[in-house]
Amino acid sequence: MSGANRIKGKGRLTPAKTVRFTFDGKALSAIEGDTLASALIANGIHLTGRSFKYHRPRGILSAGPEEPNALMDVGRDAARRTPNVRATVQEVFDGLQANSQNRWPSLSFDVGGLNNLASPFFAAGFYYKTFMWPKAAWKRVYEPVIRAAAGLGVAPKEPDPDHYSNHNVHCDVLVIGGGATGLAGALAAAHAGADVVLCDEQPELGGAFHHETDAEVDGMPGWDWAQAATAELRGMDNVRVLTRTTAFGYQAQNHVGLVERVTEHLDRPDPALPRERLWQVRAGRVVIATGAIERHMVFANNDRPGIMLASAARTFLNHFGVAVGAKVGVYTACDSAWNAAFDLKRAGVSVPAIVDVRPDPDPALVAWAKELGIEVLAGHAVLDTSGSLRVRSMKVGKASGGSTRDIAIDALIMSAGWTPSVHMYSQSRGKVVWDEASERFLPGRNVQDCVSVGACNGDDELGEAIADAARAGHEAALATGRKAKSAWTAPEAETRTSWTGGMKGSAAGAGPDTTVKAFVDFQNDVTAKDIRLAVREGMHSIEHVKRFTTNGMATDQGKTSNIHGLAIAAEMLDKPIPQVGLTTFRSPYTPVTFGAIVNHSRGPLFDPARKTPVHDWEVAHGAVFEDVGQWKRAWYYPRAGEDMHDAVNRECRTVRAAAGMFDASTLGKIEVVGPDAAQFLNLMYTNGWDKLQPGRCKYGIMLREDGFIYDDGVVGRLAEDRFHVTTTTGGAPRVMHHMEDYLQTEFPDLKVWLTSTTEQWAVIAVQGPKAREIIAPLVEDIDLSNEAMPHMSVREGRICGVPTRLFRMSFTGEAGYEINVPADYGASIWEALWSRAEPLGACAYGTETMHVLRAEKGYIIVGQDTDGTVTPDDAGLNWAVAKKKPDFVGIRGMKRPDLVAPGRKQLVGLLTRDAKMVLEEGAQIVADPNQSVPMTMIGHVTSSYWSENCGRSIAMGLVADGRALKGKTLYVPMPDRTIEVEISDTVFIDKEGVRLNG
Amino acid sequence: MAKSAQRAQAAAEAIRVEPLLGRISGAAGVSLTPAKPAARVSLRANPVDAKTLSKALGLDLPLKPKTSSANAKGRLALWLGPDEWLLIDESGDPMADLKKVRALHSAVDVSHRNTAILVAGTGARATLEAGCPQDLRESAFPVGAASRTVMGKIEVVIYRSGESEYRVECWRSFSDYAFTFLSDAARDCLA
Repeated sequence: MSGANRIKGKGRLTPAKTVRFTFDGKALSAIEGDTLASALIANGIHLTGRSFKYHRPRGILSAGPEEPNALMDVGRDAARRTPNVRATVQEVFDGLQANSQNRWPSLSFDVGGLNNLASPFFAAGFYYKTFMWPKAAWKRVYEPVIRAAAGLGVAPKEPDPDHYSNHNVHCDVLVIGGGATGLAGALAAAHAGADVVLCDEQPELGGAFHHETDAEVDGMPGWDWAQAATAELRGMDNVRVLTRTTAFGYQAQNHVGLVERVTEHLDRPDPALPRERLWQVRAGRVVIATGAIERHMVFANNDRPGIMLASAARTFLNHFGVAVGAKVGVYTACDSAWNAAFDLKRAGVSVPAIVDVRPDPDPALVAWAKELGIEVLAGHAVLDTSGSLRVRSMKVGKASGGSTRDIAIDALIMSAGWTPSVHMYSQSRGKVVWDEASERFLPGRNVQDCVSVGACNGDDELGEAIADAARAGHEAALATGRKAKSAWTAPEAETRTSWTGGMKGSAAGAGPDTTVKAFVDFQNDVTAKDIRLAVREGMHSIEHVKRFTTNGMATDQGKTSNIHGLAIAAEMLDKPIPQVGLTTFRSPYTPVTFGAIVNHSRGPLFDPARKTPVHDWEVAHGAVFEDVGQWKRAWYYPRAGEDMHDAVNRECRTVRAAAGMFDASTLGKIEVVGPDAAQFLNLMYTNGWDKLQPGRCKYGIMLREDGFIYDDGVVGRLAEDRFHVTTTTGGAPRVMHHMEDYLQTEFPDLKVWLTSTTEQWAVIAVQGPKAREIIAPLVEDIDLSNEAMPHMSVREGRICGVPTRLFRMSFTGEAGYEINVPADYGASIWEALWSRAEPLGACAYGTETMHVLRAEKGYIIVGQDTDGTVTPDDAGLNWAVAKKKPDFVGIRGMKRPDLVAPGRKQLVGLLTRDAKMVLEEGAQIVADPNQSVPMTMIGHVTSSYWSENCGRSIAMGLVADGRALKGKTLYVPMPDRTIEVEISDTVFIDKEGVRLNG
Repeated sequence: MAKSAQRAQAAAEAIRVEPLLGRISGAAGVSLTPAKPAARVSLRANPVDAKTLSKALGLDLPLKPKTSSANAKGRLALWLGPDEWLLIDESGDPMADLKKVRALHSAVDVSHRNTAILVAGTGARATLEAGCPQDLRESAFPVGAASRTVMGKIEVVIYRSGESEYRVECWRSFSDYAFTFLSDAARDCLA
């Protein structure tokens, strides 16, 4: 037997299919198809957790996703544990381990429950008022203690062993919700030829038919019709039915996020299956059929285990075959709870009384109750309850006052009416409108292409709602371009359950008393008096009330509490509800795992790792890599026994003594082609390009409109109408966009096209006195002599039989070449060059050596020696700014008064007095080290290295009016000392540039 | 050794190493295979000159968004923009063919910039949909459709070469990501 409270013959589960699970270590049995909640209740367990703030014993409130109380830690092993799982949503599988949360040492005896006794001190806003003094205590005492005590559940520490997937799908019509109206909408749209996606968060479609067994559709019980409709939809090629799938976020342009729980209900999931799927649906039209959520009654001690929503009790009975108690009291303001009472009574459960706050409920219901032998207490209220770990009795009296009596019960079901579920509509940016007649918020004008149908739209009459939904589905199909021959005929439908009635705010008994705990928000422990207090303390906007009390701010997003909280605030303010307003509904509708959101983007797929064609060789030769953007670049090549410092010193020495090979493939490259190519470059760079002959190269500087340096690089002219532009590695994409942007918007008349060729070419730099000797035997069709191919020239020819663009250029100050070859040949050509270079005493060098060598020559790196506020003049590059050009990007910016004023920081060399001392990059520079703090900082260090070739440290920095200070001493104050530096020029080696032309 | 002999030896050493060489992946319902090496050209021109260029290329350059054209020799032209096409040819030399054309255009060899992955099988579309938010339904992306779009965190060009066959072109250094992404996505291709 899977629980003593299982009623034979009731429910839709198959009793033979039992499964075992544990709750707080205790072995229990359930039936396949049970939720954790139904299984626990079947076993007589209502106490499922302790509340967040007061640690009050709590039970199961609902049978659905709105559950605020029964949050558990659910798992199958240590790594597969999820905290805060709603027991009403989690399906039981064989071997499931559930544990209650927020209790110590045990669920029935919890020390934190002292908070409940101390509750007068924990009123709303308590945190804001109490922990103000002393200030120092906040960081050391209050915050750590509060953080340790706060929060629900514990995340697993192990890495998640499961995988998750993402599916972008497009459809004509997305139907959210698979109740009666969602099914009707989907069928009508599908029969009109539309591509339909229908999602529902439950394992089976049917919505309210889970509990409403007195509905009839198309001549059959509502549930049976829903299953037949589901089968029909599943059989159609143009329909995708997604169960266990929650629509959680309605984004712009009908982009709706759904999460499907694929394996959470399986005892031994196929490891090939993802644990969850994220569906990103882009729909032509969205049909919102999300139903309504029942509200609880707000009265004193309405949170004891065993007190739950009437529709939940009815679901447990009619769907799961479980009685929520043996003696069930009913407290309601709405008709539908009566039907729940009748179902329970007919199933053999004792129902001592139906307490209805309304003085004259529907006589038909009253007569029916009498027929079943249930006492009716109209115009009455439940004033209080008793029972510590389970409700034991309810105190009943006239709402108007007078005598009371206690009625013994072991469960109490309640209904304050139904709140249309406008979450999805509201997330779509639609504004809800207060409907005066029915006193509730309903969808207003649709902002996106969507339509709300059924209970979420306030359509309470089943037959009409189904007909409306069918029309909406049909129209949705037509609106997305489908041409239907005839409309699907909506079935006749009716139900004996009425949703008439309801109340908002606190019922009698939650009265003005300031000590009564009448809960509005169960998950955040917010009571009616908390909301009254908030208003008294001056919170008049519902947004302020919400934040002061935290009402509706828990993970359930106030699905059961928002309207009650609003009504209480409105009553206190003596304003109509719509004037107090409603807080915003935000995504996600229910909590979504990080796994589903991240899906494929884990491990190697978190971020692309870009590798050059030479990468494998670099790995094989022991390179240490550094990340430059997404690129993996060889940083240095340590040999046995070498640290980074040794390796870089050796590489630096070797390049200047013999030669070095460097993988420069990551440099950005753009091919600029067209008759107006030179004119375009004239506009994009500060330099002039008209006089550059084909076969020659030039260093170019690119500015932004504001006159500051944006990027730099060498540009080679291959032909009159063809340039090979290089950019910095990190700048490649933005320079391409910058150029394309200007070409399309400012200079669209120019006949020129840009093509990114960064990855077309592998680039191998061979630098040093032996560079020519290394490459010469491999190069064909190119005269490499100094006369034929001087520094800053480019030739097209062949190397090792494949085409090359051979640049004679240098970022080291040595004579050297940058050999461009089609990328797939890069590895092969590198090997060929290496087999020449190694015997000649050359080495492979990485980016660190490249940085040192260029600094020895005073070559800047954009982004290191410049920071977006440096002009060409600041960087000492005025020679690269054409004086006669009428226009280029940045020409006006450069003339701004503050860019030509004296006192600007200029790039200079910095030589430490102590040659062994290496400055820290970013360190500040001052003129007077004895000035009191804060000192006047006149500059900072941008580049700093140990230069093995100079036998001393070298550095560059930006210093106010620095060029005029050459030879002067300045100071770099550090935490432990002050370092003296002498201002120099920026070239530290081969000032005449002899080596370049060697 | 004489210089010419050295050169000949070096020339013999230069081999083309495709970035995805030797990789193979897939799952039930979908296979992932690196495409053969190909010549590729990024062609830019005013569409009024499309006729002249088409004649030289031996195919009709497509002029509508998201379309392509192919000729009997296997040369492929994908529309990427109003003045931009990607030419792919596994046997011919489109660069050479374009040299003769006098109409104003820009032809840039990008044979090695791109590489391609062939995605085939009943689960091919779902595999792509894991990373591509574009509408790949029959109505929006029939056989022959082509589009520059995104896949996961990278830019790709997707060309639908058959009922359930696609060619995914991406830049060389992104191919490892592309292949790994598609392999991961293939596990849940719903086929």
